[in-house]
Amino acid sequence: MTTLLDGRIALKHGAGGRAMRTLIQDVLLAGLGSGDWIGADQMDDGAAIRVGDAWLVITTDSHVVQPAFFPGGDIGRLAVCGTVNDLAMMGATEPLGLTCAVVLEEGFARESLQRVHESMRLACLESGTTIVTGDTKVMGRGEVDGIVINTTGVALTHTLVRDAGLHAGDRIIVTGTIGDHGLAVMATRHQLGIEGTLRSDVAPLNALVRTAMAAAPGAITAMKDPTRGGLASALHEMADKGRVGVVLEENALPVSDAVRGAAELLGIDSLHVANEGKAVIGVRADAADAVLRAIRAHPLGREAAIVGTCLAERPGLLVLDTGFGRRLIAEPEGEPLPRIC
Amino acid sequence: MTITDASLRRLQFRDPVRAAGLVHALQRVTTEIGRAPVAVMHVCGSHEQAIARFGLRAVFPRGLDVIMGPGCPVCITDLPEVDEAVALARQGIRIATYGDMLKVRGSALSLADAQAEGARIEVVYSIAQAVELARNTDEPIVFFATGFETTAVATAAVILGGPPPNFSVLSAHKYIPPVMEIVSEMPETRIEGFLAAGHAATITGWAIYEDFVARHRKPVVVAGFEPLDILAGLVRLVELIRDGMPQVVNMYPRCVTREGNLTAQEQLWRVFRPIGGRWRGIAHVPNGNLRLRDDWAGVDARRRFTIDITALWDAAPPALVQQCICGEIMSGIASPQDCRLFGKECVPDSAVGACMVSSEGTCRIWHQYGGHPDLARLA
Repeated sequence: MTTLLDGRIALKHGAGGRAMRTLIQDVLLAGLGSGDWIGADQMDDGAAIRVGDAWLVITTDSHVVQPAFFPGGDIGRLAVCGTVNDLAMMGATEPLGLTCAVVLEEGFARESLQRVHESMRLACLESGTTIVTGDTKVMGRGEVDGIVINTTGVALTHTLVRDAGLHAGDRIIVTGTIGDHGLAVMATRHQLGIEGTLRSDVAPLNALVRTAMAAAPGAITAMKDPTRGGLASALHEMADKGRVGVVLEENALPVSDAVRGAAELLGIDSLHVANEGKAVIGVRADAADAVLRAIRAHPLGREAAIVGTCLAERPGLLVLDTGFGRRLIAEPEGEPLPRIC
Repeated sequence: MTITDASLRRLQFRDPVRAAGLVHALQRVTTEIGRAPVAVMHVCGSHEQAIARFGLRAVFPRGLDVIMGPGCPVCITDLPEVDEAVALARQGIRIATYGDMLKVRGSALSLADAQAEGARIEVVYSIAQAVELARNTDEPIVFFATGFETTAVATAAVILGGPPPNFSVLSAHKYIPPVMEIVSEMPETRIEGFLAAGHAATITGWAIYEDFVARHRKPVVVAGFEPLDILAGLVRLVELIRDGMPQVVNMYPRCVTREGNLTAQEQLWRVFRPIGGRWRGIAHVPNGNLRLRDDWAGVDARRRFTIDITALWDAAPPALVQQCICGEIMSGIASPQDCRLFGKECVPDSAVGACMVSSEGTCRIWHQYGGHPDLARLA
């Protein structure tokens, strides 16, 4: 049905779900064309261009988060990890370098900028890369909300991993607890008074992914980082592109007590909540245990688990086995909001 | 507040092993009835949400239809009631209401449409927030009050507490017990028993259903909202149907008593009087609407303002609305899958019917959690 708002961009168009995908397909990809590369039309975590016998992987991401400082991290750490992780999700685990463009609002505290910069420096150290060039703009008060950071990353790989590669029979691994980032930010932003032990999981995953890929060469069929829209959104996209159904075991999903409690209280499904330090990995069944062991041996993967299986039936659908019964998991539409009444 | 989760690990009403036992019992008793399908109705959005969230529909016996009745307060708010709020908003009055009410269309417009035109609508999580808004301004604030007796009690408490003079209430509150009579009397009804909402019964007490049972010879079981509450309630309900024993059984004794919360009831009826009125898509329900008593004319938006809703009726309703079968769905005669709009033209982002708007609406819940009972058979 048409409404008065149809000609305008709404918040849902940035929330990582179907509305965002449709907007990108209808408007932003129009006339870009395709070719012998993995381009924007594939809507993967990044692009890949053939260079000799390797792939050059490129990805870019603009980071806005309110508040800029939250339990477990800040916008600077997020900006580095987000881009490093997008590269890693395509199998490119050794970033050659990052660019960094910063847009600041007039009045933004210099000391805050220094904190953001220090976070970026440390996150680069952790992921074995550095910022090689950048750009800085300042806008008038009210023209931008505090700080916006864009980072672009490049890396070479010989083993390109796509988010479209799931096959029936593959197992799904999640590299740790879900929902931590989104709930920590939401609790801080809305001042819900339940911050307590909620902490963002924002972290660079490239070393963990490298370990996982080395544990069983060629066995990883698909990867994606479940950021906006959470695990539900990432798996929907993977199931859709791979033309498989996915059955998830709710009791196998790693969820911290703090997230479980906060999600229950707010009426939010942690499957729909953003993560910034987790990967969803599709693995051939015969290699699943070996890959899981390798991931668990990494400090960021201690709570990794096999959480689901891919089926030839019901392509594109996610089914949750709750331990009581089964249901479909819907693709999120718009941001989850605390349901208080 | 910090959430420490020792308590969450011990969620005794979420024990899958006990649930499997109850599912088995439900299957056995349903089979013992010896005819299919047996149809029961619950009248609560929270029941439907728990059923969907835990995937219980996939394990209900094939011979048992568990139908969601008119249990979503947003869905049964009638068109003219929404029109009143829209009309007030377009007259320039600031309206405070629950987020779910924003997208529900009246005869022509929703409050969200009015907002897009420039009307001032404030989304609140509770009536207390609306009162707070009123305290911080001199201009009139009208709280568009929706919900069943559970929510009406909160409205009553605020009115008795003496809200600021610029605060008033546009009541669209509804009272559940009378609509169970209506559904039972519908000629096409297949309903043989009711699962009553535990939180409403916390206020009203379970004895309120005794007259209903005596008149209609259909059992009523009061149940809570955890998976084991619902399964145990259903087992008891089909047992009563099997044994031909129409009676009220309280399966939520940890919260519900025979008399209920007498203080809350006293406050509810001191502020509200029941009158007959339409429930959207269902019928005229005698004593189904709660309106402010004359003593509270001062906080009654209907008496403080002249509300002209006829101007809204010039705009012809959108054609799709004519195809919407929300009424049949809420009466338990049809399911969302019988609707040709469901999941196509009618999705949460652009809902045609009220059942797709509210997080408690049947269509919204089916859309979000999938009404696919054959999921159990997947590998």
